[in-house]
Amino acid sequence: MTVIVTDTGFAPEDWAGGFVGPDGLAANIAGLGLELGPADDPAALDGRLEGIAMIRVMFPAFSDGRGFTLARNLRAMGYGGRLRAAGHVIADQYAMVRRSGFDEVEIGDDLAARQPETQWLARADWRAHDYQSRLRAG
Amino acid sequence: MYRYTDFDEAFVRTRVAQFRDQVARRIDGSLTEDEFRPLRLMNGLYLQLHAYMLRVAIPYGTLNPDQMRQLAMIADRWDKGYGHWTTRQNIQFNWPKLEDVPDMLEALADVGMHAIQTSGNTIRNVTADHFAGAAADEIADPRPVAELLRQWSTDHPEFQFLPRKFKIAITGSPNDRAVTRAHDIGLRMVRNDAGEAGFEVIVGGGLGRTPMEGKVIRDFLPRADLLPYVEAVLAAYNLMGRRDNKYKARIKITVFENGIDSFHDAVEANFAKIRPRFTGVDQEILTAIEAQFAPPVFADRPEAPFDAAYATDPVFRAWADTNLAAHKAPGHAIVTVSFKAPGATPGDATSDQMRALADLAETYGYGELRISHEQNVILPHVHKADLPAVHAALKSAGIATANVGLVSDIIACPGMDYCALATARSIPIAQEIALRFEELQVEHEVGPLKIKISGCINACGHHHVGHIGILGLDRAGVENYQITLGGDHTERFAIGEKTGPGFPAEGIVPAIERLVLAYLDLREHREESFIETFRRLGMAPFKAALYDSEDRADAA
Repeated sequence: MTVIVTDTGFAPEDWAGGFVGPDGLAANIAGLGLELGPADDPAALDGRLEGIAMIRVMFPAFSDGRGFTLARNLRAMGYGGRLRAAGHVIADQYAMVRRSGFDEVEIGDDLAARQPETQWLARADWRAHDYQSRLRAG
Repeated sequence: MYRYTDFDEAFVRTRVAQFRDQVARRIDGSLTEDEFRPLRLMNGLYLQLHAYMLRVAIPYGTLNPDQMRQLAMIADRWDKGYGHWTTRQNIQFNWPKLEDVPDMLEALADVGMHAIQTSGNTIRNVTADHFAGAAADEIADPRPVAELLRQWSTDHPEFQFLPRKFKIAITGSPNDRAVTRAHDIGLRMVRNDAGEAGFEVIVGGGLGRTPMEGKVIRDFLPRADLLPYVEAVLAAYNLMGRRDNKYKARIKITVFENGIDSFHDAVEANFAKIRPRFTGVDQEILTAIEAQFAPPVFADRPEAPFDAAYATDPVFRAWADTNLAAHKAPGHAIVTVSFKAPGATPGDATSDQMRALADLAETYGYGELRISHEQNVILPHVHKADLPAVHAALKSAGIATANVGLVSDIIACPGMDYCALATARSIPIAQEIALRFEELQVEHEVGPLKIKISGCINACGHHHVGHIGILGLDRAGVENYQITLGGDHTERFAIGEKTGPGFPAEGIVPAIERLVLAYLDLREHREESFIETFRRLGMAPFKAALYDSEDRADAA
């Protein structure tokens, strides 16, 4: 089982559509989510993001930060759908995840037990104390 | 000098609270040791050979007297009464206890300081020319840009888990005192043909086990494009940098393996996407930062006391000849306070010395202090009339050594006396070399010479860019010291060449002595420095001096 973390805390999985990798994109993916690994190149998806409702970016290890740049790149390419970080992401990274353009985090039950909801909610104020938004805001 | 805004202040306070919480969550098991490690590293806390070590950021090497006094207080209260200036303009405390670290960070926050991103696979403390804002040869003060980069890189959400550490240095002078060609990104402030201010951007430089000179990726970057461009470089590196082998994870290897052209293309593609996100607010913030770095109003008064002391006091004269540099304002000088007394640990400062420096900066130095990557402290603005008084106070504090830029002004990493990575001792070698040359009394005769010592291949002591570099290795359990010659950290950047077989600990000091004495025989005239003689003659005569003597048996 998995737990979905958002700014309001823990919730059960509500995405019923399943996921395909970038190779599966050629087929009709209506209702399917796209799953990207850290080594997948988002540039290859240019012009093909239209209509995708959900993208899940996998974090094989919390110390592998490629997913943060992938999220930024997807948003820069105009992707406006749901964007999820999944795998080994820790509560201390929640603000980074949100600031990089993700909407939510998917974690396993064991991690959710070790780092309970309060530890994630402690970082739900990710808009506060953010140098980046100060340097870009218009 | 920069003073924290309410935003900066609230940021560091929140960060301290978060770290206090992380320590508690490590203890209660919420965080595994693996998870806690990068979190403590991005807050400056290392686990060393004997204890934890806290590395405190001194952004672009600039400190005010209150900050210096607070470092002294921290050294007394939570450490053993001293700190260590590092080659990246930081200070390290070598003996903190884990449970005290949140309080130490709180004490830093009280004076607008922190230890954020002084280690870990993050963008590290941005370093700058230690003579910034004072040097006569400067085009522009690089510190406002360095502060902008500090704010941009601090807690940058995309770049807290990079393949490896990432170091940025900036200089505003054509005479490069910031070693920009040995950084992940080096920035040189330049003007284009139209007279507009911008940057030459250098990427992929580094020392360590694979020393590489950085390559120019943009010869002129307009000033307003800096943050989006640096972000484009980091984004390319974050995705392209190797994560399978930590020894191949630095950007120098990314650039080398992909080629500068293909790396450049990736950066430009990112830049095109990122540039529109910066609407110019960053430039307004930069303007506000610049106002805080406005130079002090320099006093205009006679220099007579300097001339009198110079004429009558040979000790003062020797110090003035070596430890002063040209200031942009008439009647002023830049003072380098040497932390390289022969026999002392290079870069170690006691709390009393820190307080003495704070007092001097307040009384005579317009309230400014700098830490150099050469592990010395700078009083950047002192009127020449005050130099005799400054010198007298430094003498009482035991920091009036007249050796800046000379044989005994050695850069040395902590080595096996402190560091978990070291393969040999560095500090004792530096001490013995300094003591030997003090005995020989030839240091001033020899003139400018940079000796740099690293106690392992990671090269924290910058040995690759020393005129004489010494690298301590472990050969089957025995320390062995390899010598390189001809390195240069300045705008005439060069990586030193290996001389040949290394020397055991007891042979390295005599070997250095043979090299230096050989130089005295080889130079054409007194004004030809060691590095100039090496450039003219090459390796052969120095190699002969090292290995063809009766003492050749001491080469191992």
